[in-house]
Amino acid sequence: MNILVCVKQVPDTTSIKIDPIKHTLIRTGVPSIVNPYDGYALEMAARIKDKTGGKITVLSMGPEMAKDTLRECLGVGADEAYLISDRVFGGSDTLATSCIISTAIKLLEEKNGSPFDLIFCGKQAIDGDTGQVGPEISEHLDRALITYAYESQVEGDTIKVRRESDEGYDIVAAKFPAVVTVEKTPYEPRYPSIKSKLAARKATIPTLTSAEVIVDENRRGLKGSPTKVKSTYTAEVQKNGQTISGVEGSAAGAQLVGLLFDAGILK
Amino acid sequence: MILDEETLELRDMVREFVNNEIIPNAPKYEKKNEFAAPILDIAIDEMGLGCLCQPEEFGGAGLSNVAFLTLSEEIARGDLGIATTLFGNCLATYPVLIAGTDEQKKLWFDTLTEKKYAAFCLTEPNAGSDAGGVQTTAVPDGDDYIINGTKCFISNGGIAGIYTVLAVTDPKKGVLGLSAFIVERDREGVSIGKEEDKMGMRLSNTTEVIFDHVRVPKDHLLGKLNRGFKIIMETLDHSRAGVGAFGVGIAQRALEEATKYAKQRVQFGQPVANFQAVQHILADMAIEIECARQAYLHAGELIDAGAPYKMESAIAKTKGSDTAMKCAIDGLQVLGGYGYMKEYPLEKLVRDAKILQIYEGTNQIQRGVIAGCLLKKY
Amino acid sequence: MQTKSLWVYIETEEGNAKSVGYELLTPGKALANKLGGSLVAVILGENVEKVAKNAIAYGADAAILVEGEEYRNYNSDASSYAVNELIKKYQPEIVLIGATKNGRDLGPRVACKLSTGLTADCTGLDIDSETGNLLSTRPAFGGNLMATIICPDNRPQMSTVRPGTFKKGTFDEGRTGEIIKENIHIDPEKIRVSLLERVKEVTEQINLEEAEIIVSGGRGMKKPENFGMLRELADALGGSVAASRAAVDAGWLPSAYQVGQTGKTVAPKLYIACGISGALQHIVGMSGSDTIVAINTDPNAPIFKIADYRIVGDVMEVVPAMIKAVKEKKN
Repeated sequence: MNILVCVKQVPDTTSIKIDPIKHTLIRTGVPSIVNPYDGYALEMAARIKDKTGGKITVLSMGPEMAKDTLRECLGVGADEAYLISDRVFGGSDTLATSCIISTAIKLLEEKNGSPFDLIFCGKQAIDGDTGQVGPEISEHLDRALITYAYESQVEGDTIKVRRESDEGYDIVAAKFPAVVTVEKTPYEPRYPSIKSKLAARKATIPTLTSAEVIVDENRRGLKGSPTKVKSTYTAEVQKNGQTISGVEGSAAGAQLVGLLFDAGILK
Repeated sequence: MILDEETLELRDMVREFVNNEIIPNAPKYEKKNEFAAPILDIAIDEMGLGCLCQPEEFGGAGLSNVAFLTLSEEIARGDLGIATTLFGNCLATYPVLIAGTDEQKKLWFDTLTEKKYAAFCLTEPNAGSDAGGVQTTAVPDGDDYIINGTKCFISNGGIAGIYTVLAVTDPKKGVLGLSAFIVERDREGVSIGKEEDKMGMRLSNTTEVIFDHVRVPKDHLLGKLNRGFKIIMETLDHSRAGVGAFGVGIAQRALEEATKYAKQRVQFGQPVANFQAVQHILADMAIEIECARQAYLHAGELIDAGAPYKMESAIAKTKGSDTAMKCAIDGLQVLGGYGYMKEYPLEKLVRDAKILQIYEGTNQIQRGVIAGCLLKKY
Repeated sequence: MQTKSLWVYIETEEGNAKSVGYELLTPGKALANKLGGSLVAVILGENVEKVAKNAIAYGADAAILVEGEEYRNYNSDASSYAVNELIKKYQPEIVLIGATKNGRDLGPRVACKLSTGLTADCTGLDIDSETGNLLSTRPAFGGNLMATIICPDNRPQMSTVRPGTFKKGTFDEGRTGEIIKENIHIDPEKIRVSLLERVKEVTEQINLEEAEIIVSGGRGMKKPENFGMLRELADALGGSVAASRAAVDAGWLPSAYQVGQTGKTVAPKLYIACGISGALQHIVGMSGSDTIVAINTDPNAPIFKIADYRIVGDVMEVVPAMIKAVKEKKN
């Protein structure tokens, strides 16, 4: 069993604050974390590996600092890690990113001599929230795609998945090789062990640059990105609402209901 | 001392576990009076915190004593019962590390890995501070020893799969007639007596362990015959630093809880943390804690360096446990009436802290050890 | 189809359209008018001619219909193949897809096949009057930032749009429009994912996006049992219960009830936020509500900024009083 998990280092968006004057994101001091959905993806992969044996490779793209994230992954189930990092890859949108990552995957597969049986990605990254890179990887590599998986089971060369749907869930199956994007699982990712943590500290994580991951310059970086950010702004609104005050909670509740009926909002 | 990056990383990893799993969940088990098995399962099975002194060649992480003590503080910050359960494994393991053969170590760690818990059986109803008062006997019989006796106040007594036991092998020779043995739980004649209902440290399993004509092969004798007392004393010298680290963990928790509370609690129109009277309590706690922390780290450093550590270890234990007691009480005071209520963690810290001044050699015994070292030295 | 066309993909499941498809015809119409183009509904499914007719009634100028067994339920391989074939043939200017689970599976695959840009999970759409480019606005960084994305050089311009962001237009049965039937079938061997079972957990959560009244609870509800009173209030008002991420993360309600950036976007007539502080990621999912009521003990809670009615007080006292008052009024 040969599994690849794609991971992204993201700022912890729950601790991002907005500069009240400049209306920009304050990113300094915001800790970098493993994208939580990628963590679930890795745990799903690790649980498969616990049963079937095999190897888990983690792959990320980003600055050198992203190796911290990969090292964390090595502590919780991953066996080896690679970082795609090159300035020419900077500014890539989802299409360019997926193209670069897919090229790197092919490179690793060539080295392994066989395709990864399964490629896992988080359903989306919590900074960009696009959820597009996983499906686009499946398209670049021309592989089966299952999105929004939160439980999975491997039988022989088939993965059976419980996939979240808008109305409930679907049970779907695909033969290897397949790409699976992962939702929040019903279980939490494992804690690292002291031994795996120590081993991860010592592991070497190769960097793959544009010299190895060869992508046409029209398909990478800003130039290779069809989408552009035109503008950004912080969403701040302030309504002139009506405050019900000076009365007990129960009186306020009754008063509110009265106001809502008077305004015709409740009938 | 300055901790190295590796130790800091391990500490942060354990801290995350403590903050996410132990602090929010331990009180539920304490309330239900239930062993916190699910938390310990994560600690032992996932994280490998089951026996932090396990050497690398026997499948352990081979941590330095400094790292070991740092992690011990962290776990005790979460819950002393859980820390004592995990640490109980190490305490039971030290005699094997000190005196065991490779075969014995293999037997020990294989069993410990399988059964998760081990226990150190020293104390008896008539042998507390006076370890020489042990009445449990081990009598040779062919290729075996037959062990008879009752041990009490044994941490992990009811859950351990394997024990280290101190027994009399020559009743005429006092402490020079004591020997240490490895005894597996599933040997015929090993049974668990009453489980203690303790003031604090409620998540630790404390029981009597009864040996009734328990037959163990002679290769279960640790070290030389009649040299058990020395092994046990060395074990306690070593483990004392850990109790110091536990004390710092409890004191640190008390400081954190009291400081957070003081910043929130409004009296006289402002947070009580604004008042100097409260600030000084918190500052005094921090002073004590930092000194106690340096004391156990120094002992750990000496052990790692292979230098003598008997006195420093006893100092670390005494300072750490007294600091725990003082900070728990003072932290409770900062919370006022709420500190006295079970809804807040301070009353539990007070109950937990007390045992640290008692177990693994009372603080009076520690002072005796320290004085003994001084008298030899000057 | 000579003029520039704007497509709205209308997802169907077992013959029925998902509401978001019809919703998207509303902004679709406005954008097509700005472009001076036509609005075309694209429908894949089995026995879905009525969906095409409905789409026209909701404002589409024309509909393209692809029918087949393989489209009865969403299949990533079959649907992305068909949509790609259609786009190659008709060359639309813009393609809008509802950001349902399946829509967000389909969109990137098609965009990748076409090597074009896709903007995910938009909450705002416009046309740049100078360039004619589609302006897609979406939240990022957990809702802390709104970004407007363009795709200036590649066509079509594609966006997935959050369900619940727009409201369906008026249904005019008298409207007419061409229904073009296309016969597209993927080689069955190329269908790599098989659907073994579909389980519908039919509860009120399905209707969250369509609910007119939502009573939502957050961390301030303190424990799961307290959601009982929210349910009671929702029942009295004929509405649904929802939750903030904090409440879902605490395990008090399943994630299907979650409103916000990583949950659902809702725009009911009345949204009652109980014990919700109003983190941006939550506000992103409900700020389109017509009327917002906020009840919170913290007078500085950000939720109050966007509330039309504010009560600084304890939910445990306010909500039971509301239930009583509503019941009295309704009798």
